[in-house]
This record gives sequence, structure tokens and C-alpha cells, in this order.
Amino acid sequence: MAGSLLEVRNVSKRFGGVVANREISLDVPEGRIVGLIGPNGSGKTTLFNSIVGHHPIDAGAIRFQGREISTLRVSEIARLGMLRTFQQTRVYDKMTCLQNMRISLPTREVSFFDMFARFSPEVDERAEALLEFTGLYAKRHLRAGDMSFGQQKLLEFAMALMAEPKLLLLDEPTAGINPTLINGLIERLKRVNADLGITLLVIEHNMRVIMNLAQHIYCLAHGELLADGPPERIRDDQRVIDAYLGAH
Amino acid sequence: MQESVRRLLPLAAIAVVVIAAPLLFPDYRTQMALLWVMVIFALTWDVVGGQMGYNSFGNVFFFGVGMYACAVVQRDAGLDYYTGLAVGVAIGTALAVLAAAAIGAGLLGLRGHYFAIGTLGLGIAAAEIAASWDYIGAGAGLVTPVFPGDIQDRTLFYYWLCLIVAVITFFTLRWLYAGRFGLAINAIRDDEDKAEAMGLRTTRYKTVAWCVSAFFLGMTGGLVGNMVGFIDPRDVAFAGATFGVWMVLMAILGGKGTLWGPVIGAAIFHITQELFWTWLLGWQRVALGLLIVLIVVFFPQGILGWLRERRPELFGHRVDAARSGPGRSG
Amino acid sequence: MSNLQILIQAPIFSVQLLIDGLLVGAIFALVAYGMALVWGVMNIINVAQGELVMLGGYVTLILYQAGVSPFLGIPTAAIVLYLIGLLLYYLVIWRIVERDLFVSLLATFGLSILIQQLANQVFGANVETARSDLGTLLLFGGSITVSEIKLVAFVGAFIVAGIMVVFLKYSRLGQAIRATAQDARAARILGVDTQRVYATTFALNAAICGAAGALVAMTWIIHPYLGLAYTVRSFMIVVVAGLGNLAGVIVAGLGLGVAETFAGFLLGAEAQAAFVFSLLVIILVFRSLLLHRQRKVLR
Repeated sequence: MAGSLLEVRNVSKRFGGVVANREISLDVPEGRIVGLIGPNGSGKTTLFNSIVGHHPIDAGAIRFQGREISTLRVSEIARLGMLRTFQQTRVYDKMTCLQNMRISLPTREVSFFDMFARFSPEVDERAEALLEFTGLYAKRHLRAGDMSFGQQKLLEFAMALMAEPKLLLLDEPTAGINPTLINGLIERLKRVNADLGITLLVIEHNMRVIMNLAQHIYCLAHGELLADGPPERIRDDQRVIDAYLGAH
Repeated sequence: MQESVRRLLPLAAIAVVVIAAPLLFPDYRTQMALLWVMVIFALTWDVVGGQMGYNSFGNVFFFGVGMYACAVVQRDAGLDYYTGLAVGVAIGTALAVLAAAAIGAGLLGLRGHYFAIGTLGLGIAAAEIAASWDYIGAGAGLVTPVFPGDIQDRTLFYYWLCLIVAVITFFTLRWLYAGRFGLAINAIRDDEDKAEAMGLRTTRYKTVAWCVSAFFLGMTGGLVGNMVGFIDPRDVAFAGATFGVWMVLMAILGGKGTLWGPVIGAAIFHITQELFWTWLLGWQRVALGLLIVLIVVFFPQGILGWLRERRPELFGHRVDAARSGPGRSG
Repeated sequence: MSNLQILIQAPIFSVQLLIDGLLVGAIFALVAYGMALVWGVMNIINVAQGELVMLGGYVTLILYQAGVSPFLGIPTAAIVLYLIGLLLYYLVIWRIVERDLFVSLLATFGLSILIQQLANQVFGANVETARSDLGTLLLFGGSITVSEIKLVAFVGAFIVAGIMVVFLKYSRLGQAIRATAQDARAARILGVDTQRVYATTFALNAAICGAAGALVAMTWIIHPYLGLAYTVRSFMIVVVAGLGNLAGVIVAGLGLGVAETFAGFLLGAEAQAAFVFSLLVIILVFRSLLLHRQRKVLR
């Protein structure tokens, strides 16, 4: 599929003697929601980390908006418009929610002096709107570290939106979330995709969530691409079922 | 109208005290000038340490660089006292900033313990190198030029200079912290990897922060060198065991990561030191070590940090009412 | 640079320096081993490491001045420092073990100042030696001198390290220590008393430093301010060798000893301190730049 927002071609990565990813290829077309699933140890997180530039890859190519990014650093890739959230949820815990949002403004600093810029009222309005979208408006002056895990996860999500990404990589967005609140999260993810046009690549363990959310799913096992296709097909794919039920 | 006047009142009172004190107590001018030096020490440490999370044990390096550079200019440039001082301080400041940028390129890539101990080594290495470098006087150090005036004028002159630098430092940091820069360095402190993942140019911010510290430290170094009159490489310029340690302690005592914390810490530390230190005689430094352990173990949040835990609303941390509709908190 | 010319024209001097360097390097390696132990098990970098060495030296000095053979100083210093280590643990260290880096770093830093200045007050700033009255070996027809005490120190360092290795490998407490180093929570769940493990580890490190200090007092000099140099050397060695790499610690320690001895000869004794501390900065920067290329960070 040519011209996808994100193109991963034959990416391999090993750590010492262990091959974490072997020649994996996938495409994330613009405006879509793509899922990445696989049992523990299948290499999903390694692939994620390779894409965002956390470590160099051993072989293959990764192109974002047609541009090769596998040699770029994390912050450079982030400035190109690809952001990620963390499985353990990372926010700036000694700063307030509002401050967390402010510093998440997209880094389009052109000149040296942008480093010292003040925050305009428009910035705060946007931050507050996004905090409201995630239900954190009332807590905007609370220290992020004083909030619950679920609230921090929402803050991290709001911060990612604040940064106006073109592609957002979500690492197990529903992990640790109270099951009754998962539907709300799925709703919000669909909305940012539909209304804001943000492309999503989501690692998920929760099958219900990913089948509901993604339009296309890639399944990894043992470091290799096992199967890919629309949710209905993946759900019934025997190889996927075997991989999860431990036929290894 | 009432509100703004009331808010300015404490500042005005401080200003009056600060200006009147050296005139009323001429014998204590040097000690009072040193108070401002302590404030600068604590504030400049806090930029990189408390606000940015990079605990530097070697900030005294920039202080010493500024001091030596200024003294060398004064010795060799053949200018009259005041011009020589001005040029010397300017060059000392510039050199300190350059040093921060150059060394920062290497050291700021280190995290945590490595940065701390690396900077510790930096400060001591500088002291030892200075002590064996003949061009700057080696172990005997340098002497700064004699002030063209009587001692009263001299102490008053340097009091004003130290006060002015302290005030400029304070308001510069206040301005920096109020914008993007302040939040950026806080983000680096709280989670540097996250900051990078969000696209923040961490290297740039870290370097500028250290350069800001170096700027004011270098400037102060030039002034203190002239205040003291002689520059000893280990005890005055790169005084890691005294100034270098005090920098950290004062900021922690008052509350690191805040604007007023280092100021309060410096004031308390300096005043306590002036009052009680002579009683302890040789046990001063033993008490210093003990004090560090006690504060760090039992009171690491410092005065303002303690206050923030008790009364968070004083610092703006609060829960507001939801704006519209039923609160959909996650 | 006349000293350099001497080395080039008379290579035998280089051998002399090499031997001296190896001998002193063994003690560096020993102290580094202790630091690595505490670092690996408790994740604490003991900035007061050098001060413990210094105290061990003073124990030996006191014995020597009381007429006792300084050789007895080695086990005595080890025991006394073991007790001091326990004392420090139960007074201060246990409070900083599982806290953030800032606290543990500053606390041990404060301790180092406290101990250093206390020693200065109690013992005075004079430089002393605990003379062992051993002779000097002459090798290669007299062109190389090896003072026997330095040889004894070299062997002694390896013996102490050897005892530690055996203890850690074969004793129950040693195994508990190693388990805690790998995963403290798992060890605790499996019934290991982590508090006791931590205390013992810290005390053992202090004992190692004590023994090293005794060797230093006999071989060179003791004064209250020698601590920081040993702390910095240990840190450098561990950074270069990596935690848990005993062979690396030995090699790095010996290497540092040799480098320092050559630097002292070429640059002058005054500049030797400058060399050690500058080397620290250089090593750290170098390590950091190397890792940066792999997009890693020194942790």
C-alpha cells in the first residue's frame, strides 16, 4: 500500500541473542485506526519503540509521511508529528494539569527566542477545552502526581491531543482502567479520529476494545507478523487464536 | 487599587530595609554583601538543580572561572580600576557562559548520579588545575587591584553591586520561570524521557539553563574576587567544600524548585552562620555535614515544600467546579 | 618535557612506574569492589566511601602509635569499620535506601563531609604514616625498587577481595545478598530479611574500606582529606567496569593505578590530583557520548 502515513518495511531488531522483531511490515493509512495485537513477548512493544525512535533498528525501513525516520531520535520524530503514550502512563507529576497541557504545545520553535515565549490565553482556552473533553477540567489546578492512575492516563491522552499529532501511537490505553470506564475511552478515541483526523496505531490486549476500535489489525507472534486484516477476519483466524491460547 | 498596593507593600518594605541597612550599619557591609552572594548562589543552583532536576555539585566551577578571568583582565589589561573591573566582570561572565555551553555538551548528557559526581569532579579538577597553573598564580593565587578609595566607600560600593546582581538574578529567573522555559525545565525534571517523547528540545533547554546559572555565577565571581582581595584556588575561587556545598544546602533548606525558596534558604543559612558559627570554631564544618544529613533525610522538601504540603491552595493547587454538564471524571 | 624524555631514554623507569601503578591500583580496585557491592545491592552510591577508607587508616595509625604492629591493623580496622558501617546503616542509611536518588546522594555526601571534618577535628590535619619497617626488594640488579610493604598491600588487597567473593558465593547470607541485588522484592517475598541484608552489605563494604585503609596507612600516608579522591576513583572504576563485573573492576583498578602513577611522574605530584578528577569528567563524558550514539543513557 503506497503512500500510507506510516510505512514499516521488513523491520528487524534483536537484543543480544533474542530476535524481538523479524522482518515485520505494516501500513498505517492516514485517518485510520490500526490495531497491533499479540500475546506477551510477541514483540509489539519492541516494534513500537523502534517506530518512535527509542532505539535503532537492525534492518528495514520506517517511513513517516514518506520520510525515512529510522535514524532519527525520539524528539525529532515527535516534532514531525508522531507521538506516543506510555503503558505505565507518564505525566509531569509535580506540575499541575494545566501546566502539563501548556508544555505539550506542539514544538514548532523556529527561533531561539521561542524558548522563552509566554502562554497566550488561546493556549489556555485550548488546554481547558481538551481537559474538559477528558473530564479533567475541575482538576486542572491539581498536581498531576496527586491524581489517580486513571486520571493521569486521561491527562496523558489530553496532553497528546494538545500536541496536535498526525499519528498517535497508544500503548495499551485501557490497561489498568476500571472496566466501566473503558467504553468512555473507546468513545473518545473514536472521536479524536473522526473529528480531529488523528491517525491511531494502538497496542491492545483487551480483545473487545481492539475489535471495537480498530479498522485493521496486525497480529504478532514470536517476533513475526502472524496475520493482518479487518477485525472480523482476525477474530476468527485460527492462527491468532492458537497464538493466544498458547499453542507455542 | 487597594489590592495592588497591599501586594507591593511587603516588597517595598524589603526594599527599604535592603537599601537602608548598609547605611545604618557600615561595619557589617561585607557580611550583608555576602548575603546577596548567598542568594545568588542558591538561586543559580536551583535553576539547574531544583527546577530542572540536575543536581550539580560543581556550579562553583563557573564562579571560579569568572573570578579568575576578571582578575587576569584587571592584572593585564592596564585599565583604570573601574573600567578594568567592568571589563573584567564582563569577560569573566562571558567565559563562564562559554564554559557552561562547552562542558554542558558533554556533562548534560549524563543523568542523576553521573551528572552529580561528574560535576563534583569538575569543581575539584578546576581547583587543582588552577593550583598548579603558574599563569594564574598557581597555589598562591592572584591578588585583585586596590580600590581607589577608603574602606567605607569600598564596602558600600561592593554591597550595591552584589545587591544589584542579586536583584537582577531574581527577576531574570522570575521572568524565565513564568514562560515556556520554566515549564520546559520542570518537565525535564519530572520526566525527561517523556519530555523528549513529546518533542521538547531537551538538550537546548538544559544547556541554556546551565548557561543562565553560569552567567550570574561568573558575574558574581568577578565581584567577590575583588571584595575579598585575594583569590585562592581552593578556598575562594573553586571553593567546593564551602560555597559549592552551601549552594545546594541553601536551596534545599528554603525549598528547591520554587522562586523564593532559595532566597529564604540563603537568608536563614547566612544569618545563622554569621550568628552562630563563631561559637562552633573548628566544629563548623562538622556541623555543616551533620546539617546536610539532617535536612536531606528529614526535611528534603524544605520550608516552602513543607508549606506546600500543608497549604496547597497557597500555591494554586485546588479542585475547581466542573465547567459544564455533569463532571465526567475518569 | 624532561620527565617524558627520561621515560623514553630509560625504559626501565617505565617498568618501575608500571609496577608501582599496579600495586596501588590493587587497593583502588578493592575499594571500588566495595562501592559496587553497595551500589548493586542497595542502589546507593556511597559518596562517603573514601572517608571509610580514611577511618580504617586512622585505626591502624592509632594502633601503630600505641606500639602495636600495623599488620594487626588490617583485621582490626576491618572489624572496627564493620561496626561503624552497621552504626551508620542503622542511624542514617536505612532511611535513604529506597528513596529517590537526590536524597541518597546528598545524604551520603553530607556524611562524607561530616566524617571528614570530624576526623580533622579529632586527629588533626597532619599527614601520617603507620610505618611497617619492612624492607625494599631490589629487582633487575637494583634498577627497580619494590618496597615490600607495597607488595604486601597488593597481595593483601587480593586476599580481602577473595574472602569477599567466597563469602558471597558460598555462605547463606552471601546468597541472600546476591538475591536481594537481583530483585529485592522477590527476595523479600521469599523470606529474605532485606533489612539485615542491607545492613550487612553496608557493613561489609565498610570493612573492606577499613582493610584498604589499613593498607594505605602502611604503604603511603593518611590524612583526613584523602577520602574524596578514593571515592572518585572507585566511582570511575565502577563506571568503566560496570556493576557485577569483578574482573572488570580489577582490570580498571589496576589500569587506573598505572595511569595515575605515570601521570604523577610526567605532570608532577601536584597535578596528580588534577589528573584523577579530570579523568573522572573525561570518562563520564566519553561514556555518555558513546551511549548517546546508541540512543541510550547511562543509568
